[in-house]
Amino acid sequence: MTAPVNPKKLIKGGLHDWEVVIGMEIHAQVTSRSKLFSGAATAFGAEPNAHVSLVDAAMPGMLPVINEECVAQAVRTGLGLKARINLRSVFDRKNYFYPDLPQGYQISQYKDPIVGEGEVLVDLPEGESITVGIERLHLEQDAGKSLHDQSPTQSFVDLNRSGVALMEIVSRPDLRSSEEARAYVTKLRTILRYLGTCDGDMEKGNLRADVNVSVRRPGEPLGTRCEIKNVNSIRFIGQAIETEARRQIAILEDGGRIGQETRLFDPGKGETRSMRSKEEAHDYRYFPDPDLLPLEFDQAFVDGLAAGLPELPDAKKARFVSDFGLSPYDAGVLVAERASADYYEAVAKGRDGKLAANWVINELFGRLNKEGKGIEETPVSAAQLGAIVDLIVEGTISGKIAKDLFEIVWSEGGDPRAVVEERGMKQVTDTGAIEAAVDAIIAGNPDKVAQAKEKPTLLGWFVGQTMKATGGKANPAAVNALLKAKLGIE
Amino acid sequence: MSVDAQTVRRIAHLARIAVSEEEVAPLQGELNAILAFVEQLGAVDVTGVEPMTSVTPMRMKRREDAITEGDRAADIVANAPETEDGYFLVPKVVE
Repeated sequence: MTAPVNPKKLIKGGLHDWEVVIGMEIHAQVTSRSKLFSGAATAFGAEPNAHVSLVDAAMPGMLPVINEECVAQAVRTGLGLKARINLRSVFDRKNYFYPDLPQGYQISQYKDPIVGEGEVLVDLPEGESITVGIERLHLEQDAGKSLHDQSPTQSFVDLNRSGVALMEIVSRPDLRSSEEARAYVTKLRTILRYLGTCDGDMEKGNLRADVNVSVRRPGEPLGTRCEIKNVNSIRFIGQAIETEARRQIAILEDGGRIGQETRLFDPGKGETRSMRSKEEAHDYRYFPDPDLLPLEFDQAFVDGLAAGLPELPDAKKARFVSDFGLSPYDAGVLVAERASADYYEAVAKGRDGKLAANWVINELFGRLNKEGKGIEETPVSAAQLGAIVDLIVEGTISGKIAKDLFEIVWSEGGDPRAVVEERGMKQVTDTGAIEAAVDAIIAGNPDKVAQAKEKPTLLGWFVGQTMKATGGKANPAAVNALLKAKLGIE
Repeated sequence: MSVDAQTVRRIAHLARIAVSEEEVAPLQGELNAILAFVEQLGAVDVTGVEPMTSVTPMRMKRREDAITEGDRAADIVANAPETEDGYFLVPKVVE
């Protein structure tokens, strides 16, 4: 892609400005009950080697049989990435030796992947958005897990993960900053979670990234890239890119050359280091797996899956903007998680969409963040928050009292309408009662009344006093109108 | 196509097969004989012929997404030279 160079995204070196070019390979664990080619469970956290079949352990004579749900999940993901679905794809063997790979090869897809080119629309802060090209998506097996810290002389191998289905999603080198890279992974994760094809749990390793980083002077051809393997959090992806780009810039400005290699990011030390020696250069000797026929399905299968897809974040965001009059930013915040979007829609239904968005984003999300809770754990239901919004719109309570009411519902629960009744939180709109309070304050502060004629901003002080006198329950509009009339302020 | 001695050593290393220096030359001869044999296929004109993937026209067999196997860790590690708590133990490997 030849997007124009954005000077704000360049990195300042000692001698020149540099452009960083990033492409990513995301490994996303497919959501399925059983593995890609065996009937063993995929669930996390089992006893060592409990979720292992003889196929996963590569016992002689065992044959792989594909899980049709994993195929469907890959197609759904391809559709969600607006990608070409290949009705015929081929499984190949990628050969390498490692103790947690009992077959001695990984079944993957090399030349003919199940999903071809697609794209992801990525929103950046400040309203900018970029389109990141997807080169391909293929299905492959995960390897087992090695533990190196259990003994000084031995590694412990657990094959529970061996054979679990992964989708490797390869982007084009379309990313130009660590911020763009983080936004891309965040968006991809959101799409996968909407689709229900990967839970996106990075802590469990269900979504991990290999990051390809190179640098160049703006306008020059691509530089030599280094691949940073297995970065497992969005924050570390950003740090790894910054660190690696600066390492490469320092070498190039010193007159050196970058050697293409695989590196690891060490977040503790804040550095990347070389992972494999040159002598061990990759030679995977791919060839078609003779145990598996080509994977073929018809367009009707794809169309059936397309018909069952949920509304995806981009479409939902556009609908929130057009139907509820939200700003693109607020709509983006609400659709980041499907559960948040569903919650918002339940609150906004039949109500003022903007007011509902303010309450969901500012009050509810703010409070959830403070307590480190997710939307699933909210003590205030959408129906309760909706009732609070109704009480404000009806003029039964003021916005200020509504915040107190929210606190009560958050910690004690209950029907907001009943709480307002029981605790006498209703807004006073009775002009007589407000007038009495206003008169008392005017009578008690003749000096301020005199000043107010010269200095109309003193009105705020009178409003405050009145609200205080009425316990915050006076209707602010009524208070303002009365005070202006009585003080003779325009 | 033919392989030289260096390629023989490299293939052996990639396959993790210990090959002594004396074995390299005979293996090179054997591999080249196999390659020459296979290369006869190059004489056949296959223009426009779709590669065959199976001798019978059949669709790849599929499986439902159901848990049908597992919970036999003792069997899985039974052949391993060393095990502990259901894990395979191997000489330490750290990248």
